Amino acid sequence: MTRLMRSMGLGLVMLLSAGAHTLAQNPQSEFVPVTPGAMQESIPAAPLVFAAYAFVWVALFAYIVLLWRRLTKVERELADLDGRLRSGKRP
Amino acid sequence: MSIVNRLLPIAILVAVVMFVRAPFVINNAPYESTMGLVQKIFYFHVPAAIMSFLSAFVCGIASIVYLVTRKRSADHVAVAAAELVVLFGLLVLVTGPLWARKAWGVWWQWEARLTMTLVLWMIFVAYMLLRRFGGAGSDVLAAAVGLFGMALVPFVYWSVNVWRTLHPTTNVVMSLPPEMLGPFAWTSSAFLVLYLVLLAVRVRLEATRAALEDAFLASED
Repeated sequence: MTRLMRSMGLGLVMLLSAGAHTLAQNPQSEFVPVTPGAMQESIPAAPLVFAAYAFVWVALFAYIVLLWRRLTKVERELADLDGRLRSGKRP
Repeated sequence: MSIVNRLLPIAILVAVVMFVRAPFVINNAPYESTMGLVQKIFYFHVPAAIMSFLSAFVCGIASIVYLVTRKRSADHVAVAAAELVVLFGLLVLVTGPLWARKAWGVWWQWEARLTMTLVLWMIFVAYMLLRRFGGAGSDVLAAAVGLFGMALVPFVYWSVNVWRTLHPTTNVVMSLPPEMLGPFAWTSSAFLVLYLVLLAVRVRLEATRAALEDAFLASED
């Protein structure tokens, strides 16, 4: 009895998986034409490419400007301090 | 006048020319068959990633030299390189999701390459915060952080080959066709020249700050 039930269970599982496999492989039975004008990119690429390049240019330019300002400020302070030390004045 | 100061104006000119020409070079590159126009972000995204990895190595090696020798020039290079990891890493972390939105349909995935790149960037942000707010002794602690960041780079690079990820593998660059390899070489060279210029100027800023501190202390005596 146990062996019979086991065989029936196995057979049922095989039948179900064969059915699922068949369903997955069923080809499309009809073609539906697209609505004119509906065929467009869901995510347009151009704005993303533009945003990427714009960000790179802006970020690099901003960093260069900030770096230059920091450098000139420190160099000016050093020159000022050097001048004061040479003239004997305390800062 | 040191050799760096003599070469700096030439390097700046070269970088400007290469970056101005880059959009034309990229425009001439062919479209990729599956990704189309959005793949052209590759020509800035990958060189920025290469520069961030390079800068992490420069920071790590300078940190080792500083820890062993306590030479201030090594510390200046380490700080400069760490700041550039943050800059170029930011470029990678912004251009990547813009590309991913089109290529994968999502802005971000918590997969190995993306997550480790974000962690690498955060490590060097922590380095800069430590130097800014850490007070006395932060130079030595930051050097250890820089070392740790450098050690992470090989894991970030190889992650796409070891784990199943959405991100393209390292084989993509090695197998570029000539029509794409030319523009990639151009933009990579432009980024390298720019990186060297920025590193030189940033090191000069650190050295000048140190000279200002020394001069101020000398004036107090």
